[in-house]
Amino acid sequence: MSAVSQVEVHEHSEHAHEEHHELGFIRKYIFSEDHKVIAKQYLISGIVWALLGAFMSLVFRLQLGFPDMDMAWMKPFLGDWISLDDKGLGKLDPNFYLALVTMHGTIMVFFVLTAGLSGTFSNFLIPLQIGARDMASGFMNMLSYWIFFISSVIMFVSLFIKTGPAGGSWVIYPPLSALKEANPGSGDGMTLWLVSMALFIVSSLLGGINYVTTVINLRTKGMSMDKLPLTIWAFTFTAVLGILSFPVLLSAALLLIFDRSFGTSFYLSDIYINGQALPNQGGSPILFQHLFWFLGHPEVYIVILPALGLTSEIIATNSRKPIFGYKAMIFSMAGIMFLAFIVWAHHMFVTGMNPFLGSVFMLLTLIIAVPSAVKGFNYITTLWKGNIIFTPAMLFAIGLVSFFISGGLTGIILGNSALDIQLHDTYFVVAHFHLVMGSAAIFGMLAGVYHWFPKMFGRMMNNAMGYVHFWITFIGVYLVFFPMHYIGIAGFPRRYYQWSGFETFNTYMDLNAFITIAAIITVFAQIVFIFNFVYSIFWGKKATANPWKSNTLEWTTPINPGHGNWPGEIPTVYRWPYDYSKPGAPDDFIPQNVPFSATPESNLPEENELIEKEKEINSIKFDTSIHD
Amino acid sequence: MTLLIAILSILFIVLTFMVVSKTQAILKGLTKSEVEESEYLGAPDKFNSANGVGLFAFWIISIVGIIWSFIVYKKDFLPEASSVHGKETDYWFWVSMIVIMIGFFIVNTFLFLFSYLYRHNKNRKVTFYTHNNNLEIIWTTVPAIVMAGLVFSGLRVWTKITSEAPANAEQIDIMGKQFGWTVRYAGVDDNQFGKYNYKLMDDAGGNPMGVDFSDPNSFDDFSNASEMHIPKGKPVLLKIRARDVLHSVFIPHMRVKMDAVPGMPTKFWFVADKSTADMRAELGKPEFNYEIACTEICGRSHFGMKLLLVVDEPADYEKWKKSQKPLLTENPDLLNKVPDNLKAKAQKYVASDEPAVEVVPEVVASRVLGNSSKVLK
Repeated sequence: MSAVSQVEVHEHSEHAHEEHHELGFIRKYIFSEDHKVIAKQYLISGIVWALLGAFMSLVFRLQLGFPDMDMAWMKPFLGDWISLDDKGLGKLDPNFYLALVTMHGTIMVFFVLTAGLSGTFSNFLIPLQIGARDMASGFMNMLSYWIFFISSVIMFVSLFIKTGPAGGSWVIYPPLSALKEANPGSGDGMTLWLVSMALFIVSSLLGGINYVTTVINLRTKGMSMDKLPLTIWAFTFTAVLGILSFPVLLSAALLLIFDRSFGTSFYLSDIYINGQALPNQGGSPILFQHLFWFLGHPEVYIVILPALGLTSEIIATNSRKPIFGYKAMIFSMAGIMFLAFIVWAHHMFVTGMNPFLGSVFMLLTLIIAVPSAVKGFNYITTLWKGNIIFTPAMLFAIGLVSFFISGGLTGIILGNSALDIQLHDTYFVVAHFHLVMGSAAIFGMLAGVYHWFPKMFGRMMNNAMGYVHFWITFIGVYLVFFPMHYIGIAGFPRRYYQWSGFETFNTYMDLNAFITIAAIITVFAQIVFIFNFVYSIFWGKKATANPWKSNTLEWTTPINPGHGNWPGEIPTVYRWPYDYSKPGAPDDFIPQNVPFSATPESNLPEENELIEKEKEINSIKFDTSIHD
Repeated sequence: MTLLIAILSILFIVLTFMVVSKTQAILKGLTKSEVEESEYLGAPDKFNSANGVGLFAFWIISIVGIIWSFIVYKKDFLPEASSVHGKETDYWFWVSMIVIMIGFFIVNTFLFLFSYLYRHNKNRKVTFYTHNNNLEIIWTTVPAIVMAGLVFSGLRVWTKITSEAPANAEQIDIMGKQFGWTVRYAGVDDNQFGKYNYKLMDDAGGNPMGVDFSDPNSFDDFSNASEMHIPKGKPVLLKIRARDVLHSVFIPHMRVKMDAVPGMPTKFWFVADKSTADMRAELGKPEFNYEIACTEICGRSHFGMKLLLVVDEPADYEKWKKSQKPLLTENPDLLNKVPDNLKAKAQKYVASDEPAVEVVPEVVASRVLGNSSKVLK
């Protein structure tokens, strides 16, 4: 309630600002309720997690690329996880290898690409682009971040306990994750994982509900749904996906907690381990997989949709051309969102699930390729006959489109249950999802950072460093993940500590070494970005209010938007966000708050008719009182 | 070593910084006048054309790289299919691969070509082109039709692979455990599996698979923890189970993969059409062996869960089966588990083989665990 009235206070901005007293450091930067500060908190947490996740991947890539390597030099920071053999050669502990794989997946999927991506950009852009003073509930928003922070701390702590962090891979399939005897990672590490994820889900729900509420209720005058930028559509669909699917993961986790700690048998049956038959009977590990993937699959769209939304905005702005097929984009995102809920079992074709169910899920899975393809085509047509400015953001956006296409296409093979028999749980899958959701989403996030940095920090990031960062990363990602398909086609299974025990998998040592080297270079290129990011926050070139000549509302705020975003009244919206290079217009962009009556020279016939409606829009009075 | 890496990374940062600031200094000299008169910070800079050209050049080099690497590495793709359904899935794999590669090349080409063609140029008039419903319909329908074709071919193959196994299929009980596989055969006398129950499992007592010896069908059952034999040209039905955590039976050459789930037996049937000897001749590798791997993460030695698969000519297979010793013969102590009224029937399997030998539990355990303990080391 207090949050709603707070928004109301900001609506009457004139006298509100006089009464507004300066907040102390703690309320302003730490327990802040300002969506822009919370967005930055998410961004910085996300970057820290991303670096940790990336370095973990380097450790296990070294193991896979150079299995005979002496790893003793990592002993100072990995401690007992590196064991020395009698010759003094350091070897990575196989249990720790599994823990690394698990933590890399968990961190990247949840902490970086869910919290870091949605948390940053939904928070930052929703109020700014729809014309709101802040989120519907600033307090809930603050809670969302700080619960995420606690969840992060717990996950981080789990890295340092004696038995190591969770080690059953990020999908934590029971019985492996349920039985402490089965794997050291299934002990305290798993407990902390579950507690951390439960908190993460709470945080994500608090955020998601806030995003949807804000988009539905707090749009400025004239901002009808068909004038929303595609970013906002994407964030809204993402939030809906999260709200509907995360609770299912919570229940899956809760039942697993019961099985682990209270002796229930939801997922356990007929188990003999450590010379003992357990009493549990009647449970089903497959049940967990259904519950897990009911979130797990929407999760990949939770990761990629915001990135696609950001890309839409960046591609249109920097092509100086309207996004092609605005409505088709919305419909295809809606289609993806709907289908995302009913394709989860394509992760389970060979788990022993009824093969008929497999056929149904195969059909639905291949349908989802259609709206995804439509999005790709629309991006490319947006570039056609544009006038492209290759800012670092634009380069990353184009990189995203390429990854999304290249990685998405192999999904057609994996979605085919007959072909999935051979490829399931091989490196083909690893290559597929790292391109289509991993790298594509990271590129979306990086593009977003480069593009909205001026609005976040009032300064510009350095372009030259941006180009260096883009080129090394873009080429590097393809060099890592393209050859990985080959390894997958040869049948190499995932989550293997090494392959040399099998004659069948005893090839491709050169490719694995190559991938490792490419990964090292790619990860180290991120230092350029980190440097650029930190340097530009303090010493970057001063930004202007609208450096990219963009149309959306956030660029009508001052260079450093304060609390409440606009110093005066919130601008009214009259047109869609993509009037770039309109014939007849003097400039190559017309912001959303410019009425049609002010641009008679460029109006299309049907837009001239809309001039009459402008008075109507202007006279809208939002009722900000609270009804019972 | 750590120090070295730390120094190197610092050096790397410093170098990057120096290169960038130098470049900036040069650029500032070049573009000073332009920047100052305009507030348009996002205006295309000196590198704009280079980036546009670069994207297209990247794509051209990539095409060359892709074709080259494909030719070089092709020989190890999809290890030679040795099962009937495997040839069919391989065929459809390559059909789908061709379809997606066409898509891959066309779509990426447009993406990078447009990036190159429409890089910023002061004099270009941008075409204000917001939508075209016909185009949207075309590029919704075309992928939809292609998908439909792939779906129906896939469905047909999938239904055939997952159909009920033929009645004459050779049945094999395969059980995954941390960290190895054990197989059990129905035996040559009755060709019927004895029941099993996880509560009867006892590694120390020589019954790791929980075979129920109160069921007379189990008396002639024999098991093996180091290799699995199957006949060539005859349907084989794997009855798959796990006793501790999830595992997954993966036979790369047979295109077989199915999870092993505690509490929920699964199955997969196939027909191997090349014997081990055939493959050795075909590949010119006298050492060649089929292998079974685990593809569901199961703990520390997940990567070591190997079982050898031997595909025999049918006659050799029968001969091999006859040469195998039933579980009761291997471990006469199991006779204690047989109810009194059936002891007489069971005695036949025990008596045939030096009954007086004292059985030391560890020896039994290692004999039964065979291969898996080897892998663990």
